[in-house]
Amino acid sequence: MEQIPLEHILLLSAVLFSLGILAVITKRHAVVVLMGIELIFNAANLNLVAFSRYDPSLLQGQMFSLFVILVAAAEAAVALAIVLRVYQHFKTANLSEIATVEK
Amino acid sequence: MLFYIFAILAILSGAYMVLTRNLLYAGFSLLITLLSVAGIYVLLFADFIAVTQLMVYVGGVLVLILFGIMLSSRVHDKSVMSENVNTVWGTLVAGLILVGLSYSILKANISLLPWLQTIEMDVLGNQKSTVQSIGLKLMTDFVVPFELASLLLLIALMGAAYIATDKQKV
Repeated sequence: MEQIPLEHILLLSAVLFSLGILAVITKRHAVVVLMGIELIFNAANLNLVAFSRYDPSLLQGQMFSLFVILVAAAEAAVALAIVLRVYQHFKTANLSEIATVEK
Repeated sequence: MLFYIFAILAILSGAYMVLTRNLLYAGFSLLITLLSVAGIYVLLFADFIAVTQLMVYVGGVLVLILFGIMLSSRVHDKSVMSENVNTVWGTLVAGLILVGLSYSILKANISLLPWLQTIEMDVLGNQKSTVQSIGLKLMTDFVVPFELASLLLLIALMGAAYIATDKQKV
């Protein structure tokens, strides 16, 4: 089995990262913004796992990406709970419409 | 070869997730992206991470996101579609980030770094999976982050349940 060149993995991760940035900037629905954040987490994890191949003790990058996945799961749960409360309060999940401070 | 199939699949479905305006289509194309990334993890000798990706992301986070879509938009009206703002600036910023990252990755000659020359073809050695060594590391070198992670998950669980509760009805 031939080695996958490291640059190609890094380029894939760069593409995924900028797609996530694009989703976070341009989308106005709160859940899609969360999806963009998940895409960014995945790009970062891809880098960690790719470099973990070269680690003599092999697993430090993989351990790090394990904890990144864990924090991402916790973040998604809390963020979606907040989105639900915001939707119940404002009757919309559009970030442009809820960007006001009012009662 | 398999890597490029997964990579193209991940990029295409990620791009579709950004381009489509339907929230449910975006959710399901995120599913394909996460599955392809899990496949790439397998090709990078990270079997436990791949299984974790499948169980946590595809089985947990994506189901949460689909619930979030369905609970925060009425399917019949327009709110299942998300509108785009800042399209020009967003594309510009994301494109600049992509160009900058690609340029520095291609310029950096990363595979010539000295500590990357130690790669062996059979990185796993005589083990057939990383599960045992990840378990050993979790209980020795990484035991403090492991316990902190359990605390974080507990706090997130209680916080999410508390935030999502309807206070008027209780």
